[in-house]
Amino acid sequence: MMEIHTEPVTGYTVLACAGRLTMQYASRLREAVDAAVGSGTPNVVVDLSGTSFVDSSGLGALVAGLRVARTAGGDLRIAAPTEQVSSVLSLTNLDRVLTPHPSVEEAARGW
Amino acid sequence: MRAPLTRVLGTLTVLLGTIYVGWRWTLSVYWEHWWIAVPLALAETYALVDGYLFTLTVWRMKQRGRAPEPDPETTVDVFITTYNEPVEMVVETARAAKAITYPHETWVLDDGDRPEMAAAAAELGVGYVTRNPDWRDKPRHAKAGNLNNALFVTEGELILILDADQVPDPAILERTVGWFRDPEVALVQTPQWFTNVTDSDPLGSQAPLFYGPIQQGKDGWNAAFFCGSNAVLRRDALMQLGIVGYVEEVEVAVADALRAADRILARAARDAAREAPRAADALRSLRGAAEEARGRLASGAAVGEVTYAFQGAVDAASREVVDDDLAAIRRDLEAVASLPMHVDGKAGELVLDDLALDRLSDRDWSPLGAVESVRDLVRAVDVDRPDEAMPVMPMATISVTEDMATCMRLHSLGWRSVYHHEVLAHGLAPEDLGTMLGQRLRWAQGTLQVLLRENPLTRRGLTVGQRLMYFATMWSYLSGFAAVVFLVAPVVYLCFGVLPVHAYGLTFVILFTPYVVVNQLLFYVVGYGVKTWRGHQYSLALFPLWIRACVTAGANVFLRRPLGFVVTPKTRTEGGGFPVRLVLPQLVATVVLVVASVVGVVRLWTGAADSVIGTGVNLVWVLYDIVVISVIFQAALYRAPTPEKESTA
Repeated sequence: MMEIHTEPVTGYTVLACAGRLTMQYASRLREAVDAAVGSGTPNVVVDLSGTSFVDSSGLGALVAGLRVARTAGGDLRIAAPTEQVSSVLSLTNLDRVLTPHPSVEEAARGW
Repeated sequence: MRAPLTRVLGTLTVLLGTIYVGWRWTLSVYWEHWWIAVPLALAETYALVDGYLFTLTVWRMKQRGRAPEPDPETTVDVFITTYNEPVEMVVETARAAKAITYPHETWVLDDGDRPEMAAAAAELGVGYVTRNPDWRDKPRHAKAGNLNNALFVTEGELILILDADQVPDPAILERTVGWFRDPEVALVQTPQWFTNVTDSDPLGSQAPLFYGPIQQGKDGWNAAFFCGSNAVLRRDALMQLGIVGYVEEVEVAVADALRAADRILARAARDAAREAPRAADALRSLRGAAEEARGRLASGAAVGEVTYAFQGAVDAASREVVDDDLAAIRRDLEAVASLPMHVDGKAGELVLDDLALDRLSDRDWSPLGAVESVRDLVRAVDVDRPDEAMPVMPMATISVTEDMATCMRLHSLGWRSVYHHEVLAHGLAPEDLGTMLGQRLRWAQGTLQVLLRENPLTRRGLTVGQRLMYFATMWSYLSGFAAVVFLVAPVVYLCFGVLPVHAYGLTFVILFTPYVVVNQLLFYVVGYGVKTWRGHQYSLALFPLWIRACVTAGANVFLRRPLGFVVTPKTRTEGGGFPVRLVLPQLVATVVLVVASVVGVVRLWTGAADSVIGTGVNLVWVLYDIVVISVIFQAALYRAPTPEKESTA
């Protein structure tokens, strides 16, 4: 149902979530962020271009990831959210914290 | 005069038949050759049951005269159903429909959604209906769906249904609407009569025994059938049918869903246990809700209330998960905000109003709904039939022959039907064997679907007579299996001397002959003045088709396999030559029968067979089989007469 593809780039890590980021799979994203941060690069871009759906648990995982990254001195940014994901983000005002970037490259600008 | 004679002959037929078949089972089955003896006895029993049902059918033949004067207040819609028939053909029918003298509105129901059909209807000044957008991506239910769709955009009290090729007589409504003065009458069926058929009718298109004695007989039991076209129906009755059907279907669907709920929720909870323990808790609480719903349904609570309560429980469980998630998010955001190294200065603030909360926990976005099986389950425990274009379907959609299914439901709700024995519309029959076979196959499949899905013998609300009248028609479609036995048995005897009967001796002749003679007399009297022979021939000669219908209908109902169903084309299809492929089983059967006759004679000649009566009986039997089957070869060679007015432009 959901696949997370981890791709380390110089200076940051890209986590591409393909599928539905929901209750059942939220913990996977948390683990993936933990792993990325733990491996030494606290900067993480979550690529949401393949994420068709997110629910409140999925949002929770993104924010939890943000906290982990920030605590480690880095940041978590999101890129290319799909329509449903964008509307959930704006409905919850979370887009003010997790600003959607149009692409992974733009999200990682400055790293 | 005819009625008493019919009853006497009917009584004699079943009496003599019972004696004969009783003798066959008790004293004459050759058990050593059980592999042919038992099938033969079964086939003979099948035929005897058919005889009982036929006798019962014609026992109370109802010869209605003229209908009462119509109530001039009654409003009528005329529906012409079309899918892919030529526009010219539909226009001809629509023009005739418009010319019906009784006040009415005419509608073309175009399932093909063709612009040229719409234009033709507009030019003619008749209504034009196509499916509304709700039908997109939903089951279309063929003609039943087409009619259901139109029922919701029209408002006449009565509806005359015409197939695209059925050109109505201007008097069709004047003659039939009067029957609806009886407030319990829901249906008036008139005969189907075909104009493009020669006198000898090799395709057996005209059904004078059915649109005559059989329908009149069924009418006597208040079981006159609806045959899809040339019939007037009462809208009220159809709507009631739709509502009752809707409630039934919802109750069944909800009960099914709740029955499966335990398994689905338990599995989902197990799957979620490791990665999302919070979700697993919520799913477990839903199991409780499902169990409660099941209990309430079982104790007779209204399905509407039960589903509403269940949906409420789902919402509450969803809401709890969302609340938990949001609480966690708030904590995380506060933690982020309090970090010394603020990156972009934006305060992590979550401003959520109730609307947003509802949205996050409602059906589409609910975390519980994220599990697909759970989402489907929750959707199924509701009363809106999301799988259908319209929740209320007046015309039954359980069968490819929507007419019989609808009619049986009407009867089981206590409505009456009328068979009005007067040809008031003229149509077009299939013009070649291939098309005819397709049509027969569809009828047989549809009838058997109804039998398997809503067995008339057990369905609530029908009278005994009605049960038997429906069953009689369904029973007749099982004839293919008996036919095979009737073809094989004489071959086995003539070629190998294998006896299914202890002796083809005098007892056999004495018991069998009067039964068969009286039976034939019964058919002669009942069908006096009409041609019934074609029907007899086809009930045997189409044995491969009847068997195929049984197999495919069974596979469809029990294994959900598609039927391989085709719409009957109303125009001639191109093709030349003898369609060997269509009649191969019959061709083989005929060759085998002929060879067997020769072998039988030779065996008698050489003394290998010793019973003259046995060989004689079987030779007569084979000859009868060949004469009956021969109709299919005539049909295969048949080319319909070119109509004077070309109907295909």
